[in-house]
Amino acid sequence: MKKYTPYILLFVLIIFPLVVRNSYYQHLMILVLIWVVIGSGWNIIPGYTGQVSFGDAAFFGTGAYTAGLFASKLGMSAWWGMAFGGFAAMAIAFPFGWICFRLRGAYFALASLALNEVCRHVATVWESLTNGMVGILVMPTFVSKIPYYYVALSLAVFSIIFIQSVMKSRWGYYFLSIREDQDAAESLGIDTHYYKMISLNIAAFLTGITGSLFMNYMGFIDPEVVFSLHDISIMAILVGIVGGVGTIYGPVVGAFVMVAVHEFFRTGFLGFFKTLASVTGSDFVNTVAKYVSQAHVLGFGILVVLVILYLPNGIVGDWDKIIGIFTRFKRKGESS
Amino acid sequence: MILFKIENLVKYFGGLAAVNGVSFSVNRGEIFGLIGPNGSGKTTIFNLISNFHKPSGGKIIFKDKDITNLKTNKICRLGIGRTFQVVKPLGRLTVLDNVIASAFLRVHNKTEATKVALETLEFCNLIHRKDDLAKSLPIGERKRLEITRSMATNPDLLLLDETAAGLNPGELDEAIELIKKIRDRGVTIIIVEHIMKVIMTISDRIHAINFGQTIAEGTPEEVANDPAVIEAYLGEEYAHGK
Ligand SMILES: Nc1ncnc2c1ncn2[C@@H]1O[C@H](COP(=O)(O)OP(=O)(O)OP(=O)(O)O)[C@@H](O)[C@H]1O
Ligand SMILES: [Mg+2]
Repeated sequence: MKKYTPYILLFVLIIFPLVVRNSYYQHLMILVLIWVVIGSGWNIIPGYTGQVSFGDAAFFGTGAYTAGLFASKLGMSAWWGMAFGGFAAMAIAFPFGWICFRLRGAYFALASLALNEVCRHVATVWESLTNGMVGILVMPTFVSKIPYYYVALSLAVFSIIFIQSVMKSRWGYYFLSIREDQDAAESLGIDTHYYKMISLNIAAFLTGITGSLFMNYMGFIDPEVVFSLHDISIMAILVGIVGGVGTIYGPVVGAFVMVAVHEFFRTGFLGFFKTLASVTGSDFVNTVAKYVSQAHVLGFGILVVLVILYLPNGIVGDWDKIIGIFTRFKRKGESS
Repeated sequence: MILFKIENLVKYFGGLAAVNGVSFSVNRGEIFGLIGPNGSGKTTIFNLISNFHKPSGGKIIFKDKDITNLKTNKICRLGIGRTFQVVKPLGRLTVLDNVIASAFLRVHNKTEATKVALETLEFCNLIHRKDDLAKSLPIGERKRLEITRSMATNPDLLLLDETAAGLNPGELDEAIELIKKIRDRGVTIIIVEHIMKVIMTISDRIHAINFGQTIAEGTPEEVANDPAVIEAYLGEEYAHGK
């Protein structure tokens, strides 16, 4: 059963936009697929190679701006970004990793955080190139969401198959060795600096392409959107942690959960507070309703605490535990 | 024929000279014992050889090549394997995957690496544990995993740091057998060991140090009867007994 789950899921995803014609749900599924790729890419660095990274938005934003600049500066199609965005992100990842992978543990994590902020500031300040805070607007190629959906789905499937095959190869073994014990890995002849670079660059490549897709799909980017620390970098971490760090399907599950949670907050608990405010006519509830939609970061925080406390290996990593809890409930119910 | 030598090796940690001008050379095919009381600098010498620490002075020569400032992974690639006194298993990987990861140094596809790993596990008598997580092994088998892993990198010279410490008498005999078997494969060995039964029975020659300096070198009998060695060890026992 477990063996067939991915194929069943893939089948459902393929027919989804043909069955569900509602463009709001199609939009949410595109976001989920985008987060599957970002989460899977992020997962390679801390999940498999053991280097905690807070800088995913640097790669995402670079990919997005690559696509945007093809349109705004070269007058070409923003889809060119899909071909070059990944490499542009690697061009950021390469020097960064080269220098900062000499740092270990928390120091590397802090450096990646700094990278995120540096990129955001550069994109804000370098107005002649990026239009600064004004952002870049491109005309969407398609009115329908369906083409974007299938591009995102292909990218997600490609990422997962690619990462899966990497993890079965020599590179994968080396990533895991570095995660488990960097000194042992070095002493076994593994050039840890080099393989950390490879792992970072794979992640940057996948994340960069996704950024380009995001530009094409949303039609608008500015530094606060695509270089956002909490909406991109932290969200990537949450997708990984909630789903299960260091597992292939963890980020897939994490993407579904996190997009759902994000949307739940954005809509003010699916409009619950708005309704409540209009029913009661209370100013207080009205104010709460306004802030709740912006409080997703707080919600994320609470979610992370819960996951770390009860499912430290994420939903996929602790799947047997979750099943165990449910079967115990069932048995209790039967015996009483 | 000399396979490996260190010349006048020095290492300072702050003001403390952990290793202070040690020289020795090791012949191809021999088992070379390195002994000394606790804190005398044995592990530090291994860490200098594999360049976990940068030497403050001196030279390390392997196969007539100066390897003093090569990176740790390069040194392994050239054919020097090592184990750690404080074992470093890849805890959340299976025993087999631990060994596959190191076999990948010499072969580049998974099938070949798995084959080498299984052979090495068989050779080191750890095959019955191949599907267990490395972190679930008891200390004796963890030490054996350290040896298995470095053997899978196909070394010419193997540095063993107290691989027999903490073993029961039965395991001890097994460990001695294994070390001899490794030597018979043509691997030269430098072994650090406190257990006299082990070091005295298997070493061809022994080098003794104290406070980071050489105090004796020779056959096991010569070193065991050397007044400086007796003093170093008795002195230590005396200190412990105070
Ligand atoms: N990384 C380090 N930083 C500072 N001092 C160190 C370091 N490593 C070792 N030392 C010191 O160097 C000296 C030699 O230590 P070393 O571990 O080489 O001894 P050893 O001979 O292996 O002892 P043992 O038999 O207990 O394993 C000790 O005084 C130790 O405290
Ligand atoms: Mg030691």
